[in-house]
Amino acid sequence: MHALDFIDPGTPAVPEPAAGAVKQVTVEIDGFSVTVPDGTSIMRAASQLGNQIPKLCATSSLKAFGSCRLCLVEIEGRKGYPASCTTTVADGMKIRTQSEKLGQLRGNVLELYLSDHPSEAECCSSNNRCELHEMAAAAGVSESRYSLSGVDGIAAGRTHQHSSKDESNPYFVFNQDACIVCSRCVRACDEVQGTFALTIEGRGFDSKVSASQAESFLDSECVSCGACVEACPTTALTEKSVLSLGKAEQAIATTCAYCGVGCTFKAEMKGEQVIRMVPYREGHANHGHACVKGRFAYGYATHADRITKPMIRSKITDPWREVSWDEAINYAAAEFKRIQAKYGRDSVGGITSSRCTNEETFLVQKLVRAAFGNNNVDTCARVCHSPTGYGLKNTIGESAGTQEFDSVMQADVIMLIGANPTEGHPVFASQMKRRLRQGAKLIVIDPRQIKLVRTPHIEADYHLQLRPGTNVALMNSIAHVIVTEGLAHDEYITDRCEAQSWEKWQAFVSDPKNSPEAMEAITGVPAMAVRAAARLYGSAPNGAIYYGLGVTEHSQGTTMVMAIANLAMATGNLGRVGVGVNPLRGQNNVQGSCDMGSFPHEFSGYRHVSDDAVRATFESEWGVELDSEPGLRIPNMFEAALDGSFRALYIQGEDIAQSDPNTNHVTAALTAMECVVVQDLFLNESAKFAHVFFPGSSFLEKNGTFTNAERRIGRVRKVMQPLGGLEDWEATVRFSNALGYPMSYTHPSQIMDEIAALTPTFTGVSYEKLDKLGSIQWPCNEAAPDGTPTMHIGQFVRGKGKFFVTDYVPTREKTTSRFPLLLTTGRILTQYNVGAQTRRTLNVVWHDEDRLEIHPHDADVRGILEGDWVGIASRAGETVLRAQVTDRVQPGVVYTTFHFPESGANVVTTDNSDWATNCPEYKVTAVQVVKVNQPSEWQKRYHELTERNTRIRRDADVHV
Amino acid sequence: MHIDYLVRMANDIGAFFANEEDKKVAAASIRQHIHRYWDPRMRSRIIAYYNETGGGELEGPVRAAIQQLAEETAAKA
Repeated sequence: MHALDFIDPGTPAVPEPAAGAVKQVTVEIDGFSVTVPDGTSIMRAASQLGNQIPKLCATSSLKAFGSCRLCLVEIEGRKGYPASCTTTVADGMKIRTQSEKLGQLRGNVLELYLSDHPSEAECCSSNNRCELHEMAAAAGVSESRYSLSGVDGIAAGRTHQHSSKDESNPYFVFNQDACIVCSRCVRACDEVQGTFALTIEGRGFDSKVSASQAESFLDSECVSCGACVEACPTTALTEKSVLSLGKAEQAIATTCAYCGVGCTFKAEMKGEQVIRMVPYREGHANHGHACVKGRFAYGYATHADRITKPMIRSKITDPWREVSWDEAINYAAAEFKRIQAKYGRDSVGGITSSRCTNEETFLVQKLVRAAFGNNNVDTCARVCHSPTGYGLKNTIGESAGTQEFDSVMQADVIMLIGANPTEGHPVFASQMKRRLRQGAKLIVIDPRQIKLVRTPHIEADYHLQLRPGTNVALMNSIAHVIVTEGLAHDEYITDRCEAQSWEKWQAFVSDPKNSPEAMEAITGVPAMAVRAAARLYGSAPNGAIYYGLGVTEHSQGTTMVMAIANLAMATGNLGRVGVGVNPLRGQNNVQGSCDMGSFPHEFSGYRHVSDDAVRATFESEWGVELDSEPGLRIPNMFEAALDGSFRALYIQGEDIAQSDPNTNHVTAALTAMECVVVQDLFLNESAKFAHVFFPGSSFLEKNGTFTNAERRIGRVRKVMQPLGGLEDWEATVRFSNALGYPMSYTHPSQIMDEIAALTPTFTGVSYEKLDKLGSIQWPCNEAAPDGTPTMHIGQFVRGKGKFFVTDYVPTREKTTSRFPLLLTTGRILTQYNVGAQTRRTLNVVWHDEDRLEIHPHDADVRGILEGDWVGIASRAGETVLRAQVTDRVQPGVVYTTFHFPESGANVVTTDNSDWATNCPEYKVTAVQVVKVNQPSEWQKRYHELTERNTRIRRDADVHV
Repeated sequence: MHIDYLVRMANDIGAFFANEEDKKVAAASIRQHIHRYWDPRMRSRIIAYYNETGGGELEGPVRAAIQQLAEETAAKA
């Protein structure tokens, strides 16, 4: 079922060509003239005139199919009744969409459909929309001559009625009775999602929609993206929420709060209740597509675990006490003031969140700089993409991805490094798969066999399956081939890059020590494959690099980002559509939280705090003197807490006790602090060590903006009142006021106005313009009033691009006989980050525990079978998980996800970190794995601590 | 703040600049990185370590970089 307010033009728009313009064609439809691009269907042209030709198998997200025979038209001078969805316009065509004959033909088709379809009362019992009944009503067909019960003594024919329903998927039902076998669901799964999980099984009368090999939807390859549900014209595929809650009354556009793709959705609402989330076809990042998280997994927002009252306690072992907002805020402010008076101004700090809005993030860093009076502010990007910021800023001049997502549709060779888009960025993965099916080539660089290496209709040309921790060695050997085989783009380099840096770099990579043959022993990748992949990327007209945390979360994360930028510059693959360096951001607002000045050394727009002129603009706007020295980064805060110089922390929307490495170290640091304020939806892991809890607001409960991985700023719109009474930014405002630094915002748009006034790349951004344009990619200023889809056109932001020499430096984390395996970590489609949201949805039916993937050989020598409990020990700690024996991982490498806190994946990870940014080395930990029969000591302590530190004493309890 | 932690961080930074043939340039780059990204308490801790011990654990040009920071701090005092 389409979005509430969507008018379906029936067939897709003609794609804009890379160069030149499409020929325009003028036709006459029912006497009205209309001009459309050549290649447009008659159906779409008619829709442009407001004329909706009847249809069932056509929808604008899918290629025309021509099976339902409802959209027939008459064309002057042509015989027959062609389908308007599959017939394209031609100059001067005269078309009739209504006539007596057409009415008869359509009426008969509709009668046939209705003869094997539930009645309107059955079909639409929950006010659901069935396009078949709508079409029948429009055509004046109310009864079928081909009745189900037989006519005039003729026995009734067979029907498909009373087949069983498939209710296995937690979010939608497949009711075959209502299916008209139009193939819209099958085509949506193929064309939109690219999973190819659905098919039409059987022939003729036996034809039916089937998931995989006649399996249930849940057991099939279906990834529950919901594209089929939205494509279904009848009620055969319907959201369970619509069946139980009825039809929505209004639709409000907003931005998804899951991954860095930042899909635009219409939240369909009945009062303050979400009926369903429908991806918005006008959304520039997702074009009407979504995934199982964004479309379905929003139930956490109203989960019983939500904490909706502020709470305080003087010791973390005390039960929580529910208090008023005023009391909680005054308590926190008094504690921060006391601690600063006793231990100094620099003894407190704050952490902003990539899960919060730009406005909220900006406000927290402002609170730290202006009200706390220091620069001890950091954000969770520290532990994911901080090397991206540092590496790209230094090489090309801006800490952001260079393209928009749509750019991938013009890429000829895609190099995917340390990213797993089908799991982590599913909607972009669907777009990438569309391009790959069109013929673009794919190079995957990953220690693990991710889905894109081989998936229906897609096979990577090269999978360079390197050893974890050897990215830079591999990249240098690719660069070696590019430079020594004459694949570097000399003209581009001369024109756009610093000559001296190029000379130095090309001499460095040309050194035989960097050749694929020399590096093979380190990376484990056959030299011939490296050479072939390098030639493929180096000779592509458009080569595009996409990367993820497999690049950044290493001791050489920043070096690798620089190596990527070097390669793109050397091959001239920056500064136009179809190319670029594209970091896939993990969380929805990683880009935004970095842009907003969340790092301890820089203000919004990536400007160092020591820059007197920049600092002066902030001092004058904020009316307070600001510190010119960089503050503590998150890992430094832990060190400072353990030495006693850092005593209080305000954490908005982050869960460092679960997400940061070396959990024992993190919790020791949190325990050493005197006042930890946690603002969150739930009593998360960090809240176990907190003294003050501010109830957070979900993305449905507030106004603001998120910035996705393509620098796209999109509006978040409030669709329900905050359950805790305040939007997150409102709590920060009150905290600041209580600390004696006045803030008086009444709406986030005012905060955005302040961001625009202070940040050169945001000067043109306002809520008014966002409402007008839908979304804006920064930089948006006088030079680019509507934003900037592609950066570095003509010249790099820093002027000339700068090559950096990127020597391979092995990590300190070494395998030994005691720790012979390398553990690396990643994500799964149905769960998100620390899982606080998705664990509280029905997504747990797909993934209810983190497993340890281990190669059959490594499992065999340890006597480990599928499903066995295994202990994983590193130099930092030990935990226990169940084993999954699979050759997705190579021998010597084990892998796990980190979505469940009790898994303790980060108990095992170490505090090694990137040299430039302290981004932790999550991706390489030397471990031993042994078969065990009980949980680890840490897990036992974890359960005791959860029991003790999460008690809430409610007033009701006190009176009993 | 634990000095081993800071020394290790400083040496990690030094490793990135190890390829620089001109050791003065390497030391200046390391010094600048630490100056721009380390909180003052971290800098004063490693400077104190250098002043007290001569910085034996600091590798290659890292020691020269910390020496520069130590001299600048002394000059300001």
